[in-house]
Amino acid sequence: MSAALDRVTREDWLMFVNACFACTGQREFYSDGHGQSVSIDFLHQYILGNYRRLYARALACGVNDFNASLILANLLETGKATPADHKAEEGALIARALETLPAHRAMHLLERLAKRRVNNRRTRAIIRQFLGSRPNPEHHAVKYRRSFRRAALHAHLRLEGEYATFFLRGANMRAYATPLFEAFRKAHYSASAIYELPFSIAEGLAQKHGVPRDTFLKRIEPNLTHTERLRLQSASHDSLGAAYALEPNKLPLTKLASYIVSRPDRAARRAELHDALWASARRAVRRSNARFGKVACVLDRSYSSSGSTEKRRRPLAVALAASYFLRAASAEYIPFWTHPTGDELLVDARGATDLATPILDALETEPDLLVIVSDGFDNDPPGIAGQVLQAACARLRVPPIVHINAVFDAESYAPKSLCRAVPTMGIRDAEELPTAILFARFARADVHLDEVLASLDARVRHFLRPPTKRAA
Amino acid sequence: MMKTAKLALTNLRTGSPQTLGAIRLVPICRDRAPGDLRIRLRDLVPAPAIVSLDGAPGEPGLKYVSYVPHGLVVAHTKDGAQASFGTTLGEERGARGRCVNLLHRMVKREDDVREGATSTARFRLLPLHLAMEGFLAHHFGGPDIAWSEYSQHAIRRGLDPRAESSVRGRSLPGFEAALRVFEMHPTQVGVMIFVADALASVFVVSHPSDYRLLHRSVLEDFFGQLVYEYGLLYPETPPIETPLHEERIASISDLRAEVARARGEWEEYARLLADGLFRREVRVETVRSMAPFRLERFMPDFDPDEECHLGERIVRDDGTVEYMKTFRLSAAQVRRAHLLEQLARAGWNLGDAAARLRCTRDELVKRLDNAGFGYLLAPHVLRASGTAP
Repeated sequence: MSAALDRVTREDWLMFVNACFACTGQREFYSDGHGQSVSIDFLHQYILGNYRRLYARALACGVNDFNASLILANLLETGKATPADHKAEEGALIARALETLPAHRAMHLLERLAKRRVNNRRTRAIIRQFLGSRPNPEHHAVKYRRSFRRAALHAHLRLEGEYATFFLRGANMRAYATPLFEAFRKAHYSASAIYELPFSIAEGLAQKHGVPRDTFLKRIEPNLTHTERLRLQSASHDSLGAAYALEPNKLPLTKLASYIVSRPDRAARRAELHDALWASARRAVRRSNARFGKVACVLDRSYSSSGSTEKRRRPLAVALAASYFLRAASAEYIPFWTHPTGDELLVDARGATDLATPILDALETEPDLLVIVSDGFDNDPPGIAGQVLQAACARLRVPPIVHINAVFDAESYAPKSLCRAVPTMGIRDAEELPTAILFARFARADVHLDEVLASLDARVRHFLRPPTKRAA
Repeated sequence: MMKTAKLALTNLRTGSPQTLGAIRLVPICRDRAPGDLRIRLRDLVPAPAIVSLDGAPGEPGLKYVSYVPHGLVVAHTKDGAQASFGTTLGEERGARGRCVNLLHRMVKREDDVREGATSTARFRLLPLHLAMEGFLAHHFGGPDIAWSEYSQHAIRRGLDPRAESSVRGRSLPGFEAALRVFEMHPTQVGVMIFVADALASVFVVSHPSDYRLLHRSVLEDFFGQLVYEYGLLYPETPPIETPLHEERIASISDLRAEVARARGEWEEYARLLADGLFRREVRVETVRSMAPFRLERFMPDFDPDEECHLGERIVRDDGTVEYMKTFRLSAAQVRRAHLLEQLARAGWNLGDAAARLRCTRDELVKRLDNAGFGYLLAPHVLRASGTAP
């Protein structure tokens, strides 16, 4: 009985973590956003109700930001149900996870807690601690003014200095002593003052003052964050004639790959983009300490990897990033795209999905590890890839095979798998391939739950270490 | 000029089906497209259209009235050179700003004004409406002998007005989503559309890049009522798998052979599903010939026990299908055509026709009335057979 229970726990846990890597509640190629959010909400409630400790510990596994904030909200909402001996760890996990979330996600989470009227002592303490520990509180107050105010009120925060007046009266004040607040006030009345503000706030005010887009983009440049810089590449190119200077070494691998597959001019900038991506991949490999031997990789570039309007070319970007990552991490690397491409960097999403042929080609090279990056749908002929893998695993000597899937399938509560014999792992960014390959081991039938829990313990300890710089 | 022939997808091959919900789409691929016949879409104003079948538009004469969302422009060369749309690419010649599209003939030549400037000849056709018009005009003249059983209307005006209804592709449940997630092959030139594994339509063009632009245009085509009902009644097509024989596999090359076998089975399966269209002989009428191509429309024998598809196609001299579009008639439509055909074969004599159909005269009158042809019969005939006038 206990063995069966362990098995169910292990499978549920893996399904949940997998879903948390891949699902973002956004529309995918094959399913709509609503179905995704219904499906993932149900999964969260199920795991929260049955395995509360494991649910909290998922925060330490590198789940994506969407799911991390969902876990945080659910945990804080149901604080009463926490077992007494788990309270301390859960609290620490929550506080640490909130710190590692990107600022906008964290602020929106606090606002959501206020909206959902989650107002227990722990929630108030967490909000107080989070807002009080911001390194640059004025910047936060200006950039996230509404969320900040709502969360502060909700947590009965005692506001010091000019915060109270700033939240209450905003721009309707004679003057502020705090420079950033003063800039915020001035910017409401004068177009020249908007350039001291964060970009997202200045953008609205520029609209209000009718500042021409190119003037605005030119002068706001020093205030841009790196992500904003990346996002505004084509906008700045259109209006300024030159894109904002990017520092590719600050961009994480998958984000850079996403940017590259979106560029119509990649052929012309091939050398530059390749160098940036390669450097980023090398850095990611160094950080993860991953080393593989001879790796063959089957990469899906069929039309479905064009993603959806909300996640444009995301699966393709993950495949490209995975290819660069594995090339940097392995002694010998052979890629097999579903439609062979002369130049990986110029890869685009087209054609039907024939996974069987590249899988057979890959197996023929006798690699030490076979990685398949695909959304799990194959249609040329339908379902044959799974059968090929099943037959190969049953009848032939094959290397370890891992199927990596960046797409959440709402109907099966998990990234769609190819067959039973090959573990399917959800993935958020290609940088996390080593984690996925490690977790894939847990999906094997002979792995005991204790082993999974031990690895989880280690991750929680690592996650709760005194804060150093967060890995990007 | 009518002749009979069997349809075939000559020089084309089918790929593996892709399924979503009730819709199964089978790609049709062409390995070599010479490019001397190109087809593109012309959008019309979204309004009903009146097509003059004889005489100029706006003048009295035989008209075909329907919702016609688009036409196809076919450009072709005689000498096998690349066909081009010339300088008029993207130009709209439809009647803008009117509430009705007035169109001249189903197939109309549209050559460049500067005749001789290019070797490309062009004509416009109204897809499927060409075939549908042929179907509606079948025995359109009505009785050729003035038997006293027929109404004055039937004697004077024949079947006029003759009407059939159909369903727009956009209304087929799940069709739009299935087209959206369909992954096109690089050499794909056509698609077979199955709804709940019943063949709804076959659509083929001559060039892969034309097909890419026309892929979604089938949403605006019309489909039979039967297909629509199938889509509602069977929202899921059962998944089909071709199992690999594991016991035959000892090496990777064995596995490769098994995959090739499975691929072949899928092609066989698509052929089996589409058998209703390709097995039977159809009557083919040449609408326009422009060597080396022929534009033809076809319809089958209207047998109520069989699938009946009508359509149109462009074939090259060597039998290569360059364009094809078919429409599946619903059971009621087949019945109506069947009754008319039997009547016509019996010289419109009710008694003889009843004998051909192995029923009594009264029963035939009832059947005609139920099929919507009551207006052809004189009131006293309807009354005598117990059918309310």
